[in-house]
Amino acid sequence: MGFFKKRKKDVHLPDFWHTYAKSFNEPQPDDINAVRFVVLDTETTGFDYENDRILSIGALSIKNNTIAVQDSFEIFLDQHFYHAENVQIHGILRNEGPNCISELEALQQFLSFLGNSVFVAHHVGFDKNMINCALERHGLPKLLNTFLDTSVLYKKTLINSPLLTRKEQYSLDELAEKFDISKRDRHTALGDSYITAIAFLKIIEKLKKKPKFSVKKLLK
Amino acid sequence: MNNTISIRVADFLRRFPPFNAIDKTDLENLAAEVSIVYRDKGSAVFQTDEAPHECFYVVHKGAVILNNKENNSLLDKCDEGDIFGLRPLIANENYKMDAFAFEESILYAIPLNAFRPHTQKYEDVGNFLIESFASNTRNPYSIKEKGQLVSGSVAPKITPTNTVLFDFQQVTYSKKIVSCTKTTTIQSLAERMTKRKVGAMLVLEDKLPIGIITDKDIRNKVATGLLPISAKASEIMTSPVITYPKKMTVAQAQMAMMKSNISHLCLTEDGTVNTAAAGILSKHDLMLTLGNNPAVLMKAIKRARKIKKIKLIRKSIMNLLQGYLDQNIPMTLTSRIISELNDACVKQVTNLSLERMSSPPPVKFSWISMGSQGRSEQLLHTDQDNALIFEDVEESELANTTKYFLKLAKHITKGLMKIGYEYCPAEMMGSNPKWCLSLSQWKTAVSHWIANPGPEEVLLSSIFFDYNLVYGEKELIDQLTEHIFEETSTYPIFFRHLASGALQNPSPSGFFRSFLVEDDGAHKDFFDLKRRALMPLVDAARLLILSHKIKSINNTAERFERLAELEPNSQELFLACSYATKALLKFRTKQGLLHNDSGRFIALDTLSKEEKIKLKRTFKTIKELQELIKVRFMVANLLG
Repeated sequence: MGFFKKRKKDVHLPDFWHTYAKSFNEPQPDDINAVRFVVLDTETTGFDYENDRILSIGALSIKNNTIAVQDSFEIFLDQHFYHAENVQIHGILRNEGPNCISELEALQQFLSFLGNSVFVAHHVGFDKNMINCALERHGLPKLLNTFLDTSVLYKKTLINSPLLTRKEQYSLDELAEKFDISKRDRHTALGDSYITAIAFLKIIEKLKKKPKFSVKKLLK
Repeated sequence: MNNTISIRVADFLRRFPPFNAIDKTDLENLAAEVSIVYRDKGSAVFQTDEAPHECFYVVHKGAVILNNKENNSLLDKCDEGDIFGLRPLIANENYKMDAFAFEESILYAIPLNAFRPHTQKYEDVGNFLIESFASNTRNPYSIKEKGQLVSGSVAPKITPTNTVLFDFQQVTYSKKIVSCTKTTTIQSLAERMTKRKVGAMLVLEDKLPIGIITDKDIRNKVATGLLPISAKASEIMTSPVITYPKKMTVAQAQMAMMKSNISHLCLTEDGTVNTAAAGILSKHDLMLTLGNNPAVLMKAIKRARKIKKIKLIRKSIMNLLQGYLDQNIPMTLTSRIISELNDACVKQVTNLSLERMSSPPPVKFSWISMGSQGRSEQLLHTDQDNALIFEDVEESELANTTKYFLKLAKHITKGLMKIGYEYCPAEMMGSNPKWCLSLSQWKTAVSHWIANPGPEEVLLSSIFFDYNLVYGEKELIDQLTEHIFEETSTYPIFFRHLASGALQNPSPSGFFRSFLVEDDGAHKDFFDLKRRALMPLVDAARLLILSHKIKSINNTAERFERLAELEPNSQELFLACSYATKALLKFRTKQGLLHNDSGRFIALDTLSKEEKIKLKRTFKTIKELQELIKVRFMVANLLG
């Protein structure tokens, strides 16, 4: 009866979710240059999935080693939850600017931008959970995309040498240093996603040179 | 739609013509249409006969090479801010050249349709394009323009060695004028000349040049006792000044200097003494434009105030190296000169990094290079392997001192990365806390390696023990060296482990004397020249010379020559090794220059028969050398 139950639940989902879910009927292409990646970063009020909220989402799309500036995404959200101590990090004041939109509106816009693309972020688990929690609040299912973490991918590029001590975690700042990416606009959602995107391009190029690279395995 | 990224793109474009003529809003709107393209080193942006893309390109980071496919000649190299691939778009014809990334590059692709309105709206933008097409240059305003075509279609057939071209190139002069007034005392103007490291100073009155003072004037008129150092500038200056217009070619400048027998030309706005001085052109500047003299390059490095400038000079060094190889100048001499220049670059980077620190170093320190740089064997761009040693301090001060030097090392390694030394993938760099230690910490570390020679320790020793001082105190290094020899006398077993390490390298040729190539990875079917041929020689030389307790010689070829002197019995073998090392290094350098990489991997099918025979001959020498080591250090027992 599980099948029936699922159908019933589906009925209550809004149209934009159906459009999003339908996009996954298309399989990902085998040629990595044809795959669309969405690199994103979210700024939030804190690190608690339950109580903290998304302040802004910035995202860029990559296809064929190219970031189209026009195909980028930057939104700021209305805030009902507000922690003064976090403003120091990201500089977003409560209800910044007239362009703030509601959480539901933000999710709707974001899902339409995201589609079935591969979801890339630095420490992707955090952004994924943050968005999934927001989806849940509005009675929506979880994200359906494939996820890639630049922090994990970066570790795969490192050489295997007894002389190199690998760290458990590499921060976005460390990646920017390593790859000589300007840290301008750091701690804005779109600025961070730009750094992540350039790092991602460089990492993929490195990984391609490894003996056992395949797109299927990468997107597994 | 404007956002953080489009503003970022606009801010970059604004710095370069013709975009500097476009106003802020228009430029930001244009930037929103841009695509950011990433190209790995060696990958193509477009190719000959390809239909034109919808956009043209601006280099944001890295460099792009434009090549004529037919005669495989270099048309131009585009650096940061340069435009390419525009003309075929406007003329609506296929590309007539190949464009590929010379370094890892980020490009801004600007759609022509979004750009076109601005060529009409802004006169300057339109003019820029007309001028650049008419003059066949990428940037008609650039004074260093070599008169080469960039974005256009059919190019004049230019080879880089075309000297005619050089002669008609416009001169580059120093625009920062060092000047004084008539009443400045000789002492203070000499101090300023020394500080600014210039050989001539202009005497200005209301911005107009009324006289010039050169080193020669000070030598002839002051040092001889003719005038005291308290005398006024007006008393020793040469007046009136011979002036020239600021737009002159290299050939004109050379003629002018010869004609008047002077070494500095004063350039003014219109070429007469009645307009403001625009700059000084020295013989040195001229030589630098011609760029084929190590002494001139050396001076230029020492004068460089910016990392970017050093990067440019390093390109000249590579041209010089290419020239030496083409002229078949002995490898020993070539590698010595090029390493000196490379070392000077590192030194200058260190100097600039020290200036960036908020306070001078708390204690003495040395910056050392290790591995191939330590042995002065790497002539091409390569990974950096370096470390920092500082003087011992009180226990309570150690944390702060380490913090200071780590910060300094970070500046240095970053600077080195900017001028072309990539970060070491194993993080053997001074910016890594493990490689930035006080003298006694280093002593403890090497003692540990020598007393417990596991595979890792042997590897560390083999990289570290080729250290060479690049900057700072020699004394610290000497103390460390002494310590190493004391330790190795206490633990002679260390040499046996070092020897077995030296024999671990894979063999260069197979059973039938065929080359062994790599069987997977990015270099599949390539011959690994470094690992299979050079490393065995390098490792053996280090082992043997250390066992003779000699640290002052780092270069592998020179080590073998010294060994030939020390051991007359094996003289022949060692001389053959020295020769083989030099031959292999030359081989590697040539291959590296050809492919713009480190030259480590060689595609065998590109080699001529003669080259292959030469390579194989060195393998025989390597084999004999390895036999000698096996016997001398009784490695067999250890391996068994």
